[in-house]
Amino acid sequence: MIVETDGMTDTLERARVSGQSRGEVIREICRHLAPFQTGERPITGDTVIAKDLTIDSLAIMDMVMELEDHFDISIPMNVVAEIHTVDQLADTIQKLCARR
Amino acid sequence: MGLFDRHAGLLEAYRDVRTTGYDPFQIRMERVLSPTEAIINGRKMLLVGTNNYFGLTFDPSCMEAAIEAIRAEGTGTTGSRIANGSYSEHVALEREIAEFYGKKHCMVFTTGYQANLGLISTLAGEGDQLLIDADSHASIYDACKMTQAEVVRFKHNDPSSLEARLRRLGDRPGNRVVVLEGIYSMLGDSAPLREFIDVCKKYGAYVIVDEAHSLGALGDNGRGLCESAGVLDDCHFIVGTFSKTLGAIGGYCVSDDPDFDILRVTVRSYMFTASLPPSIVASVRQALKVVKARPELRTQLWANVATLYEGLAAKGFKLGPEHGPVVGVHLPDRMTAIGFWRAMLDAGIYVNVAVPPATPNGVSLLRCSVCAVHTREQLEHMIEVMTGIGRQLGVLDDRTLRVVGGAR
Ligand SMILES: Cc1ncc(COP(=O)(O)O)c(C=O)c1O
Repeated sequence: MIVETDGMTDTLERARVSGQSRGEVIREICRHLAPFQTGERPITGDTVIAKDLTIDSLAIMDMVMELEDHFDISIPMNVVAEIHTVDQLADTIQKLCARR
Repeated sequence: MGLFDRHAGLLEAYRDVRTTGYDPFQIRMERVLSPTEAIINGRKMLLVGTNNYFGLTFDPSCMEAAIEAIRAEGTGTTGSRIANGSYSEHVALEREIAEFYGKKHCMVFTTGYQANLGLISTLAGEGDQLLIDADSHASIYDACKMTQAEVVRFKHNDPSSLEARLRRLGDRPGNRVVVLEGIYSMLGDSAPLREFIDVCKKYGAYVIVDEAHSLGALGDNGRGLCESAGVLDDCHFIVGTFSKTLGAIGGYCVSDDPDFDILRVTVRSYMFTASLPPSIVASVRQALKVVKARPELRTQLWANVATLYEGLAAKGFKLGPEHGPVVGVHLPDRMTAIGFWRAMLDAGIYVNVAVPPATPNGVSLLRCSVCAVHTREQLEHMIEVMTGIGRQLGVLDDRTLRVVGGAR
């Protein structure tokens, strides 16, 4: 498993140093998820990707591929399987960017 | 939560499908008459959705071989090869497939699905990295669920996308294993294999190629894309199936790796399921002989592909990107695809309907598979029928038709 459970604040700090601010990462994720938004509810960090949106599992994997190329990281499928919310996805991306 | 609640979405989609009156997932072939005709719903249908690329299911020599084998050795092996032993014919078949590819080793499985499932999950183990094409067959995806390796997808048929992922691995330890398919089963497009091989060589990655839909169809000897792309020696493992061109059932893998045979006691989908019955082994051995002896079947197949593909394209249908034994016809959405499929059945033509989530990028398709023994008349009739239905359903606009008409 590629994602370690080290101190998150430490990782976020490193991510900031490597140039991917939380805001940028969230913005990029939301850009991909926007077409799958339902009703009035905005997409937030707590949004459960597979449940609160109309995106299916294949489309989630395709979105991950786009995010991988945008941030020049790879997110293994077993890691994707553990990700449920937008925040968790952003955490993973920042963590992987930090160790790039 | 009930056991079936998690399938609520799928149940709903399935209900949609069945509102057309026929259930595409429960079609009953009341009697199969030949590789290209069967009785369905009490009437004779033209079959253009059976993966029977060479039409060998009714080849008299293959049928005779199977019948003889049953008389000689009975109907089944009643156990796996490691438990009950191999029949001489299993070993002979493996030798013949290895020879066909010019490879040292071959292992035969009970289905192609099991070959992919067991091999891929075993070859790539803990600490390794498995890289798969985004449009991979379900058997490859299922292997990914079983493996201890880290799995990453790359964009379909995109060597640069694979390269980016190999590059990102840097000097991390672990074997890199890349899985590709010769011809993809939904849209009939083939992999840019040479470019992929170049990338794999650059990063020292092992290559597994699944030739399920390309065996017989590609290469001067019908070995598949590995042969037509001239990279047989660079493909570490070639996997395939007996269930399509060879007209039976079963899977195989060939390789030159000196330690290949260890897989016989490590791959669980080989070890813990019954081996192929003698009749199947016999018909497959004969079918392989037919593939070698009758290259004209390959020529006929591609001529038929051209007839169907060019015919449909000229009428304005949106098709897969290139000629292939599978011709995928794009339709705008699931319900149109199902309606179109049903209308074709009413008109006496059987094809497959493929809708999300079974298709890449959420596309809805009519999936046609061409047979070497389809006649030109059969295919031209099909194009005519599809054009009529396409107009009725508004899939083809009349302008397209006029332009085509005017160009004649
Ligand atoms: C690409 C691919 N690989 C493997 C298989 C599995 O083959 P089999 O029918 O022998 O299980 C198929 C068939 O559906 C396929 O399309």
